[in-house]
Amino acid sequence: MFDFRSYAAAASVEDAVRLLAEKPNAVIMAGGSDVLIKMRSRDMSQVDVVSIYGLDELRGIRLEPNGDIRIGSLTSFSHIEHDETVNRLIPVLSQAAGTVGGPQIRNIGTIGGNTCNGVTSADTASTCFALDAIIELTGSEGVRHVPIVGFYLRAGKVDIRPTEIQTAVIIPRDSYENCFGHYQKYAMRNAMDIATLNCSVNVRLNADGAIERARIAYGVAGPVPMRAGSAEAAVCGMPAGEDAAHIFADAAIRDINPRDSWRASKAFRIHIAHELAVRGLTESMRRAGATI
Amino acid sequence: MNVGKSVPRVDAYDKVTGRTQYTDDLCPGDALVIRVLRSTVANGRVLSMDISKAQAVPGVVRIFTCFDVPKLAFPTAGHPWSTDPAHQDVADRFLLTDRPRFCGDDIGAVVAENEVAAMQALRLIEVEYEEYPFVLDAQEAMKDGAPLLHEEFPNNVLGHSSIRIGNYEEAIKEEGLIRFDDWYDTPTVQHCHIENFICTARMENGRIVVTSSTQIPHIARRVVAQALSIPWGDVRVIKPYIGGGFGNKQDVLYEPLCAYICRELGGVLVKLDMPREETFTSTRVRHAIRNHIISYVRPDGTFVARKLECFSNQGAYASHGHGVAAKGMGAFPQLYPCPNVECDAYTVFTNRPVAGAMRGYGIPQAMFAVESNIDDIALRLGMTPMALRKKNLMPVGYTDGFSRNVNYYDSFNQCLDKGAEYIDYYRKHEEYSRQEGNIRRGVGCAAFWYNTAVWPISLESSSCRMVLNQDGSIQLQLGETEIGQGADTAFAQMASDAVGIPLERVHVVSCQDTDVAPFGTGAYASRQTYVGGFAIKQTADILRGKILSYAHELTRMPVEILDLVDGNIIRRTDNQALMTLAELATTALYSLDHSVHITAESTYQVKSNAYSFGCCFAEVEVDISACKVRLIDMINVHDCGSLINPQLAGAQVHGGMSMAIGYGLSEQLQFDPKTGRVLNDNLLDYKLSTTLDHPDLTAGFVENPEPTSVFGTKALGEPPACPGAPAIRNAILNATGVSMNTIPVNPHRLFEAFCKAGLINTKEVN
Repeated sequence: MFDFRSYAAAASVEDAVRLLAEKPNAVIMAGGSDVLIKMRSRDMSQVDVVSIYGLDELRGIRLEPNGDIRIGSLTSFSHIEHDETVNRLIPVLSQAAGTVGGPQIRNIGTIGGNTCNGVTSADTASTCFALDAIIELTGSEGVRHVPIVGFYLRAGKVDIRPTEIQTAVIIPRDSYENCFGHYQKYAMRNAMDIATLNCSVNVRLNADGAIERARIAYGVAGPVPMRAGSAEAAVCGMPAGEDAAHIFADAAIRDINPRDSWRASKAFRIHIAHELAVRGLTESMRRAGATI
Repeated sequence: MNVGKSVPRVDAYDKVTGRTQYTDDLCPGDALVIRVLRSTVANGRVLSMDISKAQAVPGVVRIFTCFDVPKLAFPTAGHPWSTDPAHQDVADRFLLTDRPRFCGDDIGAVVAENEVAAMQALRLIEVEYEEYPFVLDAQEAMKDGAPLLHEEFPNNVLGHSSIRIGNYEEAIKEEGLIRFDDWYDTPTVQHCHIENFICTARMENGRIVVTSSTQIPHIARRVVAQALSIPWGDVRVIKPYIGGGFGNKQDVLYEPLCAYICRELGGVLVKLDMPREETFTSTRVRHAIRNHIISYVRPDGTFVARKLECFSNQGAYASHGHGVAAKGMGAFPQLYPCPNVECDAYTVFTNRPVAGAMRGYGIPQAMFAVESNIDDIALRLGMTPMALRKKNLMPVGYTDGFSRNVNYYDSFNQCLDKGAEYIDYYRKHEEYSRQEGNIRRGVGCAAFWYNTAVWPISLESSSCRMVLNQDGSIQLQLGETEIGQGADTAFAQMASDAVGIPLERVHVVSCQDTDVAPFGTGAYASRQTYVGGFAIKQTADILRGKILSYAHELTRMPVEILDLVDGNIIRRTDNQALMTLAELATTALYSLDHSVHITAESTYQVKSNAYSFGCCFAEVEVDISACKVRLIDMINVHDCGSLINPQLAGAQVHGGMSMAIGYGLSEQLQFDPKTGRVLNDNLLDYKLSTTLDHPDLTAGFVENPEPTSVFGTKALGEPPACPGAPAIRNAILNATGVSMNTIPVNPHRLFEAFCKAGLINTKEVN
């Protein structure tokens, strides 16, 4: 039994917007794998729930004519993991989606829920950061597009305005074209876990085998997922190789700000962040064809 | 013969199709719901409780505070009752308490029409506490001036026992001895059975009927009656199928509270279905035991004198008490006998959750210390760990002076040799000890000692009933309980052979209902197959005697030449089948000359005991800079006597190995040092290992028939969980040269240890 005050299932995006206008404090529920757990605690008792889970129009992945990849917000992790377009064009996202929880969670959990939940450890979030994803939101004022970096306001808080729901995650063409990535989830066990730290890297090499662009994003290195900008700048133009990976990692750990908690010490997280940066860029460069 | 064959579990089809009924399946939907109000302070006193707001919540039926219940202390340990007051368990629990001793202690209870109303009411109860300082560490709790939990136990010491062999002080004066002094620490872990604790209670004709997910229905009946101060016969406990127990349900948990509330509400049906979070904090946990071992060893590896100190963290109440640490300590001078030994075990109250029985009962803790210590000593002596083990191992013929247990065979060496061969231990251990680079492999080994059953410390008996049906089949009832381990199937196999009827003609009555089930003390101490075997054989002989005597009446053949084989009455002289048992049984019930209901029932008192032996070998790959251990291969080898059902035995071993993997690498309850609260009371933050953290698990057996058992069998319930953690730890030592003396060996601990050992250079960050 769950402790909610009211429950309404939206019949369409417009209907969801209308329901949210009626109940401004309602909790939006997609797969429920986060919301229903939170409802066991005092913090989320006696809430109004608006379920958008039935909105099939928000499911599926589409390659747009301009080359952008549009992922409906209700697309499940297992769908993303096995989707042909994702595996062909952004396999790093398939890799990330495949590390969420266990098989049952990947079937019910959605990329929209993962990003709207606002937690730093979300497995697909860091990859969306590293791919400069655009979040599409639909509300009574119309449709809004927000770069994912701006979407995360603080821990547990994202930029969803009253009456809005997230309707898509868009990966722009320039963001993935000729890019090769690698996602690493560092957790205490190999399944059914949240990341102690996670790291998504992607790289584009030029014709000479030098790094044209490298991007890295972490989860759990700060209160929200974050990019390590100076690491990306430090290796720009460098030849692909071990040196680049180490310079990249040395810079990356200066960009991040993990905290000490009972789950892991700051020193440990920094060490692992360095290790993941080295390994992430090395593997990405290998996938891009470099011999390392 | 069915014993020794891998017949399918008798409950397999119902379990995989979801038809099997557990406690909640048996409970009608209109049961009132009980939720327990938990202390938010680790040590203190409840001064007052304001329930007015909570009472106003729609659906709330009644709220009980710690001030409402009778002050009648009762014991909870699932031990057989002792008629000698000196040997009775400590009675220190109340239905609810106004003197909470850990975060999660029971200070009130809400009864409501549904779960949500109960939860809302719990949040609205206002509690005023007087808070006391608290202590979480056993050795800290022993210090003078530490917060005292129970007035009757100075320095919080619940129990202290010692072993003295030879003369330690004299022996260590020998010249040329090398001294080793090491500490080994084990964590508080939880059983994590898939079915949380649950019980229901209702009254019927003035008696209280409790249905509970318990391993020990007859003990639960006794404790409920003691807690409510009512005649024991006024309580009936029903134990249906249960979703695992691992010792947690070898305690009486909330059956008394549930029964009490039922009675106070006039006998209506009430249900207490504990959430996972509370199962973690407020049922039972494994004792965290810190071991200190000092060894004086000759350069050739001979142990001359050894000392062991164990500090066992009991948590807030006595539960199983000192027995757990004492059992662990008992292994020390026996596994590697030494002429001069001093052991002291202390069981100490702290403000942690209550420790009770958990699979292995002190032996996993002891084996982590003892078997890690062997590899540490061997490394420093420049010997191979296997040579040091074999030099000092319990010899053939070793007899325990107290239990009279005997090491009849060379089981230890046979198990070690089998495991070593499987994993190619000698070659790999040598090769892996000289590695460089970031990715390194290692192999490790650990043996274990385990004592089957309980005799001569407490009562050991088993009762069995067999009832013959018209079709020649029987109902088989025992006091021993099926808790997922496959006991029913093993019993059916034994009964089939002992009576002389086909396996499918044995109908095991799985449920124990204390009104009709034979008396038995339940599932614990890896004893049921051993003790149940005696009662099954004895009762089968009685039943056969009655059947053959009736066959004599019908066939006029002397009993001496009759036999019952595979459901037929056989004349042994010419092997002719004279009639089927079905014909005999039908005649016996409906005969107009001599109608008789053929049944047999008996109790066998067991006054023997058996050692169970074995070992584990593990191979790991350590990624040093990632601080990660990957298990590549793992084998347990057991001598548990003759196997009753090899496939079930293998499954039992796999389950134990899985538990050992978590124990060694990932599981621990964590406590907030500021509040004493459990930080990770859920299956996300408590890192139970998953199948993806396991290699393929291999179970090996050395089948030396146990001479004292009718079926040649001995313990296999708990032993599989005992040697895994030190084997993995020793493999990490082989790979990296780093001794990890605290489990779990998780990445956080490896990071610190590798930094200290210079294997990792920490990055300077401003």
